[in-house]
Order: sequence, then C-alpha cells, then structure tokens
Amino acid sequence: MNTTLVFQQLINGLSLGMVYAIFALGYTLVFSILGIINFAHSAVFTIGAYFTYALMGLSWGFNGLLAQQELPFGLPFVFALLGGGVLSGLLAVALERLAFKPLRARNADPLLTLVSSLGLAVALVNIIQFLVGAEAYSYPSQQVLAGLPPSINLGTTTAPLIIPTVRVVIIIASLVILAVLVALINGSKIGRAMRAVAEDGTTANLLGINTDRIILFTFFLSGFIGGVAGTLVGLSVTITGPYFGISFGLKGLAVIVLGGLGNIPGAVVGGLVIGVAETLAPSSLKDAVAFVILFLILLARPQGLLGRKFIQKV
Amino acid sequence: MQSFVDTYGFLIVTMTLQAMLALSLYLPLMAGQLSLATPGFFALGGFVSAVMSTQVFPEVPAGELFPLPYVFLEMGIAAVLCAIVAVIVGFPALRLRGIYLALATIAFVEVVRVVALNLPITGQAVGIFGIPQPFEDNFEYITISLPMLLIAMFFVYRLERSRVGRAFAALREDELAAAAMGIAPTRYKVLAFVMGAVLAGIVGALNAHLLNTWNTRQGTFDAAILTLAFVIIGGSRTFLGPVMGGLLLTALPEVLRAVAGIDGLPPIVAQFLTEGRLIIYGLLIAFGTLFFPQGLISPDIFRRRKKPELETAVTKAEAVS
Repeated sequence: MNTTLVFQQLINGLSLGMVYAIFALGYTLVFSILGIINFAHSAVFTIGAYFTYALMGLSWGFNGLLAQQELPFGLPFVFALLGGGVLSGLLAVALERLAFKPLRARNADPLLTLVSSLGLAVALVNIIQFLVGAEAYSYPSQQVLAGLPPSINLGTTTAPLIIPTVRVVIIIASLVILAVLVALINGSKIGRAMRAVAEDGTTANLLGINTDRIILFTFFLSGFIGGVAGTLVGLSVTITGPYFGISFGLKGLAVIVLGGLGNIPGAVVGGLVIGVAETLAPSSLKDAVAFVILFLILLARPQGLLGRKFIQKV
Repeated sequence: MQSFVDTYGFLIVTMTLQAMLALSLYLPLMAGQLSLATPGFFALGGFVSAVMSTQVFPEVPAGELFPLPYVFLEMGIAAVLCAIVAVIVGFPALRLRGIYLALATIAFVEVVRVVALNLPITGQAVGIFGIPQPFEDNFEYITISLPMLLIAMFFVYRLERSRVGRAFAALREDELAAAAMGIAPTRYKVLAFVMGAVLAGIVGALNAHLLNTWNTRQGTFDAAILTLAFVIIGGSRTFLGPVMGGLLLTALPEVLRAVAGIDGLPPIVAQFLTEGRLIIYGLLIAFGTLFFPQGLISPDIFRRRKKPELETAVTKAEAVS
C-alpha cells in the first residue's frame, strides 16, 4: 500500500470514527445521568436521517403509507440537518416521558428499562417501514454540497490526494458538534447541573437542581446528536432502509464500552479507534471488527480504556 | 381437520420450537444473567445439522426419507458443540455483570453471524439449501418437538426445585450474598449459560430440517430481541412464563392476520394488523414492562389463590409505605 492510499483510508476511517463518536455520545449522555443504556437511541438515529430527508422536501418511494408524498417546502441541507436533529431530540424527549419516566418512578430494575427501550426501538423501526417502506433513500449530492466540488485535492497536482468532499463535511460537522457539546457540558450552567445529576441525582435535587428537567434536556441533546449522526451516516453511505440504525447502534455500544461507559472523551477515542480499525480491516470481516474489539475489551478491561474501575459494595 | 393441519402444522411446530428457545434464554436468567446469546447457539446448532445432513451423511436416495437416527445424532453433536463453545465463551463473559454481559452476548451473536457469512462450509451469504426431510409432512415434526418441549419444561421445573436451582435463585436475588453463603457465582452462572446454549443448539438442529434451508438470517440481533420478548411478556419468574410467551407470541402474527381478514375493517387497520405486527410486538415489549413488570404469568398467581387474606395485608402494607 502506498502512502496516498493509506492517507485516504485514514481520512475515511476518521470520518467514520467521528460519526461513531458523536452517535455514541448520545448513549453516553443518557448512561451517565440514568445509568441505563437507551437502546431506542439507534432508532432515533435512523429516524433522524429520515426526518432530514423529509425536510429537504424529497419525495418517498412507492411503498408504505406515505408513498409518493412530500412536504410542500424543501429546506437547504444544513437547515434540514439541524431540523432533523431537533425533531429527533423531541422524539427522544417523548420516549423519555412515555417509557423511561414511568419505570423510573417505580424504581424498576434497570434490565426492565433496557428491555423497554429495546421494544421502543423495534416499534419505531417498524413504524418507519410501515410509513415509508423498506427501500433505500439517498440525499441528492448536488443539493447537499450546494455548489462545492464533489472532491477535494489535498495533495499537489503531481501527487494527487483526492478526498471526497462529503468526508470532509462529515468530519467538520462532527467536530463542531463535539466542540459545542463539550463547551456546553463544561462551561455552562446547565452543563454543570448535568454533571451534578450524573454524580448524584438525589443530592443534586436537594441542592435545588430540577433533576427532571435536566433528564429531559439530556434526552433532547442525546436525540439531537443521534439524529444528526443518522443524517451524516445517510450522507456517506445512503439510508439503506429502516434497519440501518440497528447494526450501527450495536457498533455504537462497542464504541462506548471501549471508551468506558458514561465517559465522554472515552466515547470519542473509542469511536476513532473502531472507525479506523474498520476501515483498515478486509471488507468481508469489517462488520465483525467492532464486536471482536467489544468482546476483548469486556474481558480484559470492562471499565473501558478511559473508564474508572468501580467496586461493587453491598 | 386435515386442512387445519395443512395450514397451521408448520406454525404449531414453530410455536413449540420458539417456546424452547424462550426457555433457553430463561435458563441463564434464572441465575440473574441477561444473556442474549440464544440466537447465536440456535444458528450454530442449525448449521451443524445443515452441514452434516447435506455434506457428511450418505445421500438419501430420491423419494426416501432422511433417517431419524441421523437427526438425533445431529442434535446430539449440536448439543456437545454448543456446550463446548458456551464454556469457552461463558467463563470469561460471565464475570461481567448486568448490561456488560448482555453486550458481550450480543457481540457473540454478531461474530457467529459474520463468521458464518465468510466460511465456505456454511454457504456464506447464500446459506445451505435442500436439507433432507425426515418426515413427509411438516406437522409430523411435532412428534419430536412436542416431547422435547415437555421434557425441557419438566427439566426446568425440577431444576427450579433442586439445589442447583436454588443456587441460581440466590444468585439472581443477590450475588454478593450468595457468594458469601458459599455459592461459586461464576461456576453456577456458566452452568446456567451452558444449559441454555445446549437447548438452543438442539432446537436449531431440528429447526434447520423443518425450514429445509439455513443461512445467516437465522440467529440475528432481532431474533434475540424477539426471544427476550417471549420471556419478558410471558413472565421471567417461573418457567411457565417463557413457554406461554413463546407459544402465544409466535402465534400472534397469524392471529393478527386472521383478525385483519374480518370483513368490514377499514383497509388501513387491516394493513396495520398484517404489516405492522412488529410495531405491535415492539409496543408490547415496551409497555409490557410497564404494566406487567412480572409478565403474564408470575408465581404470585399461584400464591394469591392460596392465601388471599395474607396477600391483601401485604399489599396494604406496601401501599402505606
């Protein structure tokens, strides 16, 4: 392999890894606050991609209830992306109210919450299929790039290093989201409140933090970045059908476990490691890479690369 | 009667097989371990019988049935293989608690799938076709599957009342306390895991014959969720729960289809009932946990009948506190 190819693969791996990272951050945010893994996150991710598609004013295929329908208006890609994120965030908030809050109010076993979120994921994915069919959708690239060239040459004319613009867009968008998120959590009042609730919800509540509102906000954030991540993945590979989030969602779990559950820098490191490893692996074994890494890390270091070890007390 | 068997024979056999899969997920859960590995072992068992019956055993002349002893032999080999794999996977994995174990078993299911997708012997993406039939009619499989289900149920029933079963229950209630009482947590958890794996493998081996074809679409993450739904909706505190869950939920799509066929339903409702059955499944799982945290069948049903006055006193006390 020559250096150009290696470099191109590395950029591909980084763009994939960044999307894994921001997607996995959605799991991490909810896990750090509630200590549960929200399996419905992968469904929110999927729906986010479809929301963006709809907001761009594009029409649905021949199957499903909404066949051949489209919105009367079409937004430019950037606004559709943000709008899709906001709608996904609101969906996540609705799921919190419908499924998680009642269980929390009953002090239910965390495993029940996990099962409930799995059920929601199955229902949501199949609602998509019922509404818009199982076919693949893709965002028309001219509309997405809005005049940008389809690829960029980062090398010289004699030694070209061609990178698809979409990859660059994905990396930049992910970095922006990541930066805003970190600034929000570390630098703002609500971020401080989130950290307090993650540390100890009851104490935070006693100190005058409205825990319930913080949980809602966390779900909104998680849904927002999940929806944006869904759109970005749809952008790089097309939306391959209602199920495309499920396998991605499972890999997202590998990412957060690799980095350490509930650990934000960990999710980023985990995402990049798995993204690059997948790109470098032979294509037939690509899908197994994340799971082999997940299995090995669970055996060797269950607290993750950057996680703290915890000791269970009676 | 004959037409009923023709139409629903396959479904009835599948119901019994799915009930056994639910039991296979219930076994580790008896010891408090949420393992989603069942579809992985199910796929493995199916591949054992598919490969053996098409590539190892002598070819059956056209028009003759595949000898039954071979089927039992395949089931035995599937059981042994699954047990070995389960021990290898289980010992390290079962040191993990709760959610970590669920994740590790999901990883296991996915790795089995990707390996089967890449091995020439398992037919890669195409799978294995033309698995020989030991019976002339699908419904005749019931002569194996129903006794298997009854034996499995009896086994679990006895298990729940044995020393090992009590150790499982102790682990489920409080692992630290159980360990302090001298129960070796990892050993008993691996035992429960292996028993579940063996059952899933045997079911897979028989199911491959029933389906006539086997590929990597058997045993996916979706299947894991469905099996989990059987247990959660049926009830996870007694072995009758998973069995009922498996039987009822496997029949549900057919029931929905029948309901959708009733005249006078608005077309959109009929369409929803047939095509949206997984939506209904998902909502059942999500809200089943809310309204029936114990599942449809819980041990309380039997207890309440015996001591009604005590039960109300306890509920009152709970309501006060």
